[in-house]
Amino acid sequence: MARQHQDMAEALCERVRQADHDKTPLKIVGGDTKAFYGRRVEGDILSTRDHHGISHYDPVELIISVRAGTLISELEAALDAEGQRLPFEPPHFGESATVGGMIATGLSGPRRPWAGSVRDFVLGSRIITHEGKHLRFGGEVMKNVAGYDLSRLMAGAQGTLGLLTEVSLKVLPKPTATHSLRLAMPLASALESLAEWGRQPLPITAAAYHDGALHLRLEGGPSSVAATRERLGGDVLDDEFWTQLREHQLPFFADTDERPLWRLSLPNNTPALELETRSDTDVLYDWGGAQRWVRTSIDGRSLRDAVATAGGHATCYTPGASDPFMPLAPSVAKYHRRLKATLDPNGIFNPGRLYAEV
Amino acid sequence: MNILYDERLDGELPANDKQQVLERLQHALPSLTLLHREEDLRPFECDGLSAYRVLPMLVALPDTLEQVEQLMRTCHDMGVPVVTRGAGTGLSGGALPLEQGVLLVMSRFKQILEVDPDARVARVQPGVRNLAISEAAAPYGLYYAPDPSSQIACSIGGNVAENAGGVHCLKYGLTVHNVLKIEVITIEGERMTIGSDAFDSPGFDLLALFTGSEGMLGVVTEVTVKLLPQPENAKVLMASFDDVEKAGKAVGDIIAAGIIPGGLEMMDKLAIKAAEDFVHAGYPMEAEAILLCELDGVEADVDDDCDTVRGVLEGAGAIDISLARDDAERARFWAGRKNAFPAVGRMAPDYYCMDGTIPRRELPRVLKGIAALSEESGLPVANVFHAGDGNMHPLVLFDTNKPGELELAEEVGGKILELCVEAGGSITGEHGVGREKINQMCTQFQPDEITVFHAVKAAFDERRLLNPGKNIPTLQRCAEFGAMHVHNNELPHPDLPRF
Ligand SMILES: Cc1cc2nc3c(=O)[nH]c(=O)nc-3n(C[C@H](O)[C@H](O)[C@H](O)COP(=O)(O)OP(=O)(O)OC[C@H]3O[C@@H](n4cnc5c(N)ncnc54)[C@H](O)[C@@H]3O)c2cc1C
Repeated sequence: MARQHQDMAEALCERVRQADHDKTPLKIVGGDTKAFYGRRVEGDILSTRDHHGISHYDPVELIISVRAGTLISELEAALDAEGQRLPFEPPHFGESATVGGMIATGLSGPRRPWAGSVRDFVLGSRIITHEGKHLRFGGEVMKNVAGYDLSRLMAGAQGTLGLLTEVSLKVLPKPTATHSLRLAMPLASALESLAEWGRQPLPITAAAYHDGALHLRLEGGPSSVAATRERLGGDVLDDEFWTQLREHQLPFFADTDERPLWRLSLPNNTPALELETRSDTDVLYDWGGAQRWVRTSIDGRSLRDAVATAGGHATCYTPGASDPFMPLAPSVAKYHRRLKATLDPNGIFNPGRLYAEV
Repeated sequence: MNILYDERLDGELPANDKQQVLERLQHALPSLTLLHREEDLRPFECDGLSAYRVLPMLVALPDTLEQVEQLMRTCHDMGVPVVTRGAGTGLSGGALPLEQGVLLVMSRFKQILEVDPDARVARVQPGVRNLAISEAAAPYGLYYAPDPSSQIACSIGGNVAENAGGVHCLKYGLTVHNVLKIEVITIEGERMTIGSDAFDSPGFDLLALFTGSEGMLGVVTEVTVKLLPQPENAKVLMASFDDVEKAGKAVGDIIAAGIIPGGLEMMDKLAIKAAEDFVHAGYPMEAEAILLCELDGVEADVDDDCDTVRGVLEGAGAIDISLARDDAERARFWAGRKNAFPAVGRMAPDYYCMDGTIPRRELPRVLKGIAALSEESGLPVANVFHAGDGNMHPLVLFDTNKPGELELAEEVGGKILELCVEAGGSITGEHGVGREKINQMCTQFQPDEITVFHAVKAAFDERRLLNPGKNIPTLQRCAEFGAMHVHNNELPHPDLPRF
């Protein structure tokens, strides 16, 4: 049931001001569904849950503004009632997942290569700075290039630069037709077909390779979905597959597997890496091959070297990893430290969550 | 208030002796093309905002990245400000030179380094023209989506710096949505890769931060863009209205019907007349407003959508709806829109182009406000509008040679932007703040927000040597601007009508 709207901004500002004054770190928590994603943070828990509610939704403008503590499920239900949705299909990883965590982790689902990522749909935000000031960047308009894009910078920054209290998102109408299908074929043919289809205006909005078959989702107008369905053939696939993939509910992701779970993010059209052929390694392809889920006993360092050589990066999804995110190039790391130092000089916002130094 | 750099309001600039800087650079970079004579500097004195001109101290035209690197290091060492310039088509004075600074011109970096049709990306140097990328991708059935009207001339480096948009960005996104990776050189002469060939990269989203940062954080030296498959089919509907408000409402109705057109543009009577006189696009001269609605995709869907949109337009009270019969007519419909600026430019010696954005629902109110400002000032205003995403381009017509008209045009422009902010919008949707809208930034942001912007700047350029005076005003400037201008709803002339 939707909770009452609640604006706790004043109290949150006071909390942050105090923490900054005392130089005591804060561990920002929404629904606590994505704690595994990142390094452990030591700090006083600051919950965003009580700052919740949809503050403004205008379906005709394609814009919604939501407070950070709002459940993703509440947001999605409100959009659904108007025939709209979040095109980036965010994973929830639990019923209590909030909008704040969705933006802070910046995770997107199977539709991402075709529709865009979380940050692509961020239009504006409200942020509490280390001084406890509640500021507004961007806004409720589609286009806005005044000042630096702090709202998009917040997406994926894991709460290390400020406390996100509200976000304005672009939303889109749901397509009128959807069809999912399964085509049994070897991996190499699947990748080849995807490269070829990628150059054609086909209504593909998800592509995963798993268990010897390419899984595809088509979305768009009824005519184009029907025509593509006819052209590609295959077996009908339950659309639920994509939710299970997004939420890591397929057997591949089962906790019973002792090997760590890695996420590989690779350039489009990267062939199978050599490590994928190892007997101790299993791979599930998403994003048409640009995102690969890997279960392996190979050590993290070798894995990352191989992925870096291919132009990508690897994230460890198994809770408790000491370095879940790929180390940054020295020059890039330097500017991360400087940004952290100018925006959070006392290091109160989720210190160390992303990297030890930020 | 003049927009040229004012040390009292914009901060002190290091005073360097031109001869010394020249000698030091010539010594450090013997092969670099350095212009220093007045007649050679003259062509670089302004960008697309030609009402403002400043001769730079020196112009550097590097051919290699090593030269850029060394130039930055030397300037940083000596404390010489650097202003980067791409093709110089910017409309907000972002590439306006500084008397005490070096103008770094990136136009010689013109190579398309790679087009990879299977990965659907192109890697290009920053001086490559926007349209050249789509031309290089066309043989593979691909194109680069953001299409600013200046696309035959503007550079991709400038597009990244401004987060340029185009008539197709409601559906296909702005520059920020279509760039995967950039290479940059910082003011300290350090190279950095931001983003990657994959869809995401670890760490902060510096790619989003750099996109639209107006050359304030680093010099873009290479850009990897996404390419999209060309739509199989595109159709354009042109609808005429006898009332601007009805046209504005039709825009919302189309979107409410669940349709996201490839392009959705609106022009008012004055803009229609200008475009028609200039390119003979076949626009109806008697209409108060026209809407151009492009639907693209797979043919069968496009046909379905065309029917839906036609119904919506009829319902919204369009007096005439015509469908471009073929590609030639479609191109002609667009030619009128894409040439609207130069077309309006023929109606008066000068025009001043504004770039405010508003929530679409505010369109009627803001248009009324603009009409009143036009009447009050006596300066005609033509309206061209990326209607789908609420980005207005009111064009204020004036004559610089008439004493006081430039100032009047700027005043009208400034008030239009304040109207946009008041309606919940922004002072700039795609042209950037540059130097032109530096004062209006004080209307859109509070001092605390501006302080955060300065903090971001300091992380990349502590000594304020990259493009100083642009994009983010100093707090002193805002204090002064606020004191003499409409601010915080305290009006200097409360008796004047407001909208
Ligand atoms: C007729 C006309 C129509 C236009 N239509 C549109 C439109 O539809 N949409 C739109 O968005 N814009 C439009 N513009 C504005 C302009 O073309 C864009 O802002 C364009 O992106 C500027 O590119 P440029 O290469 O000319 O950059 P410049 O004008 O040279 O520079 C613009 C800014 O970018 C910085 N810069 C340039 N190159 C680099 C680099 N390599 N690294 C770092 N910083 C750099 C400069 O310092 C400056 O701040 C139009 C302009 C004209 C004249």
